[in-house]
Amino acid sequence: MRKSFIAENPSVLWFLLALSGFTLGVVVLSEAGGVAVLSTSFVKTLGKTLCLCLIAVAMDVVWGYCGILSLGHFAFFGIGGYAIGMWLMYARTETIVLESLASQVIPPTPQEISDAIGNQIFGVVGSSEFPAIWAFADSLFLQLAMVVLVPGLLALVFGWLAFRSRVTGVYLSILTQAMTLALALYLFQNDSGLRGNNGLSGLQNIPGFESTPQATISIVFFLASAFALGAGYVFFAWLLSGKMGSVVKGIRDNEARVRFLGYNVESYKLLIFTVTAIISGIAGALYYPQAGIINPGEIAPIASIYLAVWVAIGGRGRLYGAVIGAAVVSLLSSWFTGGGAPDINLGFYTIQWTDWWLVLLGLSFVAVTLFFPKGIGGLFDYLVRKQP
Amino acid sequence: MTTLLEVSGVSVTFDGFRAINNLSVQFAEAELRAIIGPNGAGKTTFMDIVTGKTRPDEGRVIWGERNISLLGLSESQIAQEGIGRKFQKPTVFEDQTVRQNLAMALKNPRGPFAVILHRKTAQNAARIEDIAEETGLSDQLTRTAGELSHGQKQWLEIGMLLAQDPRLLLVDEPAAGMTVEEREKTTDILRRAAETRAVVVVEHDMEFVRRLNCKVTVLHEGSVLAEGSLDHVTSDKTVIDVYLGRSDA
Repeated sequence: MRKSFIAENPSVLWFLLALSGFTLGVVVLSEAGGVAVLSTSFVKTLGKTLCLCLIAVAMDVVWGYCGILSLGHFAFFGIGGYAIGMWLMYARTETIVLESLASQVIPPTPQEISDAIGNQIFGVVGSSEFPAIWAFADSLFLQLAMVVLVPGLLALVFGWLAFRSRVTGVYLSILTQAMTLALALYLFQNDSGLRGNNGLSGLQNIPGFESTPQATISIVFFLASAFALGAGYVFFAWLLSGKMGSVVKGIRDNEARVRFLGYNVESYKLLIFTVTAIISGIAGALYYPQAGIINPGEIAPIASIYLAVWVAIGGRGRLYGAVIGAAVVSLLSSWFTGGGAPDINLGFYTIQWTDWWLVLLGLSFVAVTLFFPKGIGGLFDYLVRKQP
Repeated sequence: MTTLLEVSGVSVTFDGFRAINNLSVQFAEAELRAIIGPNGAGKTTFMDIVTGKTRPDEGRVIWGERNISLLGLSESQIAQEGIGRKFQKPTVFEDQTVRQNLAMALKNPRGPFAVILHRKTAQNAARIEDIAEETGLSDQLTRTAGELSHGQKQWLEIGMLLAQDPRLLLVDEPAAGMTVEEREKTTDILRRAAETRAVVVVEHDMEFVRRLNCKVTVLHEGSVLAEGSLDHVTSDKTVIDVYLGRSDA
């Protein structure tokens, strides 16, 4: 009588098959795999895209399933990136400093080493002191814990305050956007302790693997991103498969009804908001070592708006829709803005895609919202329905 | 019969308008009661107060044999105490199947973690079948609730209330927009439900109230104007003046 989880959710199986096939293909075609059709930088782009797909899945859960249009999830993504970036930068700088000090006749004191590292990292913002938030930067384990804890706690506190006051709809969106903007503006300051608008850089160099070629590192991160996306997808599909999915979708469609059925709507929203924030943080921690650099501009509210656009174009309320939306739109975006798309010469005017891509994206967003509210993922409904 | 819900001396004001004015009313266990009254008499506000949506300015709302005050509880806590509410417009989860709608309403632990770990049981499935049978939705269980007819949606919502297994059902205008046969069936469902629990029906339609054949409370300007059998209240001079005189029902 009781069907297994996979049997009830065939799309999970199809998704995992597609993801495995794609991952295998990329590994074989990469420089590390030997065929070398795909350049290392393109493998990194694909790996980053998988991280964006993961945060899009989280966004779909919080918005498409639970109806909370959060414009703050990219802030959690950025926090995850900063948390891992601090360790990467500290550990790498420490290695360099120790090498350069090794030639001195008198062995350096721990204080001298610490000062030299501080000088290297914070010289750019005119300081050499380690701010308090770097207290755990020398520990990979603790910084990995920060990847999960900081977004989780921030979402928990923010969500508790917002949901408890029954802030909903567009007001909640504005509130989350304000949080994102405040965080970005704070990080832009030189005395924020995170190098102001310089951000953290050199994150592609993994301490301890200095001699490993980037081709190999890129594949390792690509595989890790693919695994995280697969695991995150299965986790959310499982979470929303049974009664929890019913309640969460019920909150989206009619909050009051769910409340009068005896469910404490606020605690459900808080749970979903916090869990998706944590997953966003993990996605960010995998993304930025592949990007190599993180700066406060990444957290700006516009990033979270793009995230909502991806999910809307891909199709809200279905996890694979979010993956498709994030992958298609972000890859197209880098193709258009990276000069990959040929300019169109109209005689009197030349359309340069680096400028016009945003217009095209905006128009597609409007078109999807008006004419295809189910997004690209909605096409699958036609395929399924055609079968006898 | 023991008192299940006691509302006493309750008043509530919205922007200077006194929606409920020193209202006192009691409901016993396992009774069927109709609340009637002209528009603006405070019928819906009364429901809002009992279910925790609106906080009154003064007065007491006392529930059950342990005499709990409902005023300090949230909507979800009041629902868990055993008060179910049906909205005027049919409010079901249109995206989900009839079975999912009923499963969500079934009396089970309501916390998020209990719900995540909840797995289907034969006992719950049987309970859903029973309720579907009771509300005439047995052959609709796999359909999406959005596809149901207006009357079926109303029954589904009543079924969801029954699934909660409440001790008090507040039902707001269940017969609105129903055909004659649908009304008869709705009357049957409500009368049967009232055998084991208190059912309070807010209704405009006098014919429907007559068919319920129960004690009637007439509200006017936020307080009780008359109470008794339908024949008793409809022969009351003040009731005729304020309500029947202006209504086409």
